[in-house]
Amino acid sequence: MINLQREKNPMPEQAPDVRNKNFLEVTLGYTEEQAINEALRCVKCRKKPCMDGCPVMVKIPEFVAKVAEGEFEEAYQIISETSSLPAICGRVCPQENQCEGVCARGVKGMPVAIGRLERFVADWHAANYGDEEIKPAKGNGHKVAIVGAGPAGLACAGDLINKGYEVTVFESLHKTGGVLVYGIPQFRLPKEIVAAEVAKLEAKGVKFETDAIVGRAITVDELIKEEKFESVFIGTGAGLPSFMNIPGENLLGVVSANEYLTRINLMKAYKDEYDTPIMHPKRIAVVGGGNVAMDAARCAKRMGAEAVYVIYRRSAEEIPARAEELHHAIEEGIIFHYLTNPVQVLGDDKGNVTGIECVKMELGAPDASGRRRPIEIEGSNFVEDVDYVIMSIGTKLNKLILDTTDNLKANERGGIGTDDKAETNRPEIFAGGDAVTGAATVIKAMGAGKTAAAGIDEFLSK
Amino acid sequence: MKRFEILSKRMLNDNITWLVISAPLVARKAKPGQFIILRTDEYGERIPLTMAGHDSKKGTIDLIYAAVGRTTMLMDQLEVGDCFADIVGPLGKPTEMEGLKKVCVVGGGTGNALAYPLAKGMHDAGIEVDMITGFKNKDLVILQDEFKAGTDNLYLVTDDGTAGEKMFTTVKLEELIAAGNDYDEIVAVGPPIMMKFTCEIAQKHGIKSIASLTAYMIDGTGMCGGCRCNIGGEDKFVCVDGPDFDGSLVDWDELIQRSAYYSDQEKYDREHVCRLTGGVRYND
Repeated sequence: MINLQREKNPMPEQAPDVRNKNFLEVTLGYTEEQAINEALRCVKCRKKPCMDGCPVMVKIPEFVAKVAEGEFEEAYQIISETSSLPAICGRVCPQENQCEGVCARGVKGMPVAIGRLERFVADWHAANYGDEEIKPAKGNGHKVAIVGAGPAGLACAGDLINKGYEVTVFESLHKTGGVLVYGIPQFRLPKEIVAAEVAKLEAKGVKFETDAIVGRAITVDELIKEEKFESVFIGTGAGLPSFMNIPGENLLGVVSANEYLTRINLMKAYKDEYDTPIMHPKRIAVVGGGNVAMDAARCAKRMGAEAVYVIYRRSAEEIPARAEELHHAIEEGIIFHYLTNPVQVLGDDKGNVTGIECVKMELGAPDASGRRRPIEIEGSNFVEDVDYVIMSIGTKLNKLILDTTDNLKANERGGIGTDDKAETNRPEIFAGGDAVTGAATVIKAMGAGKTAAAGIDEFLSK
Repeated sequence: MKRFEILSKRMLNDNITWLVISAPLVARKAKPGQFIILRTDEYGERIPLTMAGHDSKKGTIDLIYAAVGRTTMLMDQLEVGDCFADIVGPLGKPTEMEGLKKVCVVGGGTGNALAYPLAKGMHDAGIEVDMITGFKNKDLVILQDEFKAGTDNLYLVTDDGTAGEKMFTTVKLEELIAAGNDYDEIVAVGPPIMMKFTCEIAQKHGIKSIASLTAYMIDGTGMCGGCRCNIGGEDKFVCVDGPDFDGSLVDWDELIQRSAYYSDQEKYDREHVCRLTGGVRYND
């Protein structure tokens, strides 16, 4: 029996006017009935395009079929065969560009809500089997070091520990999770979920060394030569925030999205009992149109801003943010200035931001990225009165590991160079995630971590 | 030794404290000029502090700080045997010493504590080190014995003349240059305004100047960009490109402005913490 309903089952969520004043999770998750009803929308098509659309090849039709039968734990076991962090992926993957983007049901009507189902299954498992005892994997005697406890590193650690490797993860921050804890806000990905995934890995035997900055306190070469790690995976993330290089960018009240989000998410500036300093500006401009910009804008609203503007130089068509984030941001009252680009930040004599001067844009011929290139419309300048500006226009790669590791080669983007098996020019060193590709998505980083784990296993099994 | 345990605590004056802390991973590679980021407890902010010294063999680092902000005031409540929640480092680039024969290190106020490892490191490396230590008054003078042992010539000045000579460090520096001292480099460590004037004197005499900058930062690895400053017209990050920069290239006015960004909030926090709890909030 297939459910022919064209629309996805709507996701229960907090009302926009309520949630834009708190940091609780926006979406509440399907009930069992909703999940079964949604799973029944899968037509079990033969080609299974959804699986090819998934960077870690989750066996989507199989787990969805189990959900339809109400066999939720079995569904979880199927997902777990390939994905180590389903509660996270179900929440933050850009499904519209992946599994759901190629779903046969999407041709007429909406695709099956695969992401919501994945989340449902993971949450159901945590609620019903979350306290099950995890046995440490049987060791194979090989030592592997992982640099960076973000999505790439955690996925790599998960696969390696299951194969019996002795795994140590080095993290420079005081908390594990990388962008999952410092970048993605609580209301989109509760930190308890990340902590639970890390705890699971710890129970299996993965060691985590926080406050350990590889490249400074200890180099990759020292990990290999002195600490006797036989292979190293580097998943250090994207690195340094980009700025626009426009006048006024160093005024008081211009920050990178990384800084703003880290203060709020990692350092919990939204909670009274934490010391973290943060400003509470009233009118905020967020420059950029990615998921990070959406996160910053929605945090700003929750921190009490009266007006939050997203300034994006292309049109709504090209905006790179995940569809759900964009939709939620609009619902929460974020104002979008499309086809608009800042030309300077204005300040008073004390150096405080008083406004942002922008110019209107129009779209010209497609550029190298295949998207139509935005061109300034002369004389269209206007000033938006704001007292805070958050720059969210991407990142530059951090060179620390490349600079401190002997003979490790960069790729053409300045990231760590790898082949498609995540192997660098040094056979014992693997790398993946944003440290290789520049800023991408959580699931792509996880995919790279898994690819590297397979590569490391192959290298050390020789 | 526990992780990040305080092994010794010594008050240098009413306001300045010297801690020796167990941090083997930081100490094994630390070099003069580098800094750490610490967190006192789960609720603490992450603050950067330049290391005043380290012992790689014992696995310890030295921190000398003035209790001026919320975190440093909380640090004063910690005793020997207590532990910090987190210390990460060494961060930043070490101070460059190659090719130097004679330098003048100028320290102002608490900055003297941070100038100490630089002066000593250079002295140990065989560089001739003149050091000017400046303080407001005699009650604030610190580390004179240590400096004497770690420099070739030590000069003490105070604003009010209650200890050493009555003058500013900048005047002393002019004097020493006028007396024919041929410095390869002048190193300034202290409040931004003092570093600005020191570097201007160096520039006037055609001497290279190095300023050790401090800035707001969170991660210390280049990720937040909060510590960016204008160096010769280009944005640099204090945490990864510094903390030492050519003093003639620093946009001092911008730096001074940026370094006061959270001062109102800090002032409020300071009163808030002390009024409620006498400095200690969490006893669990």
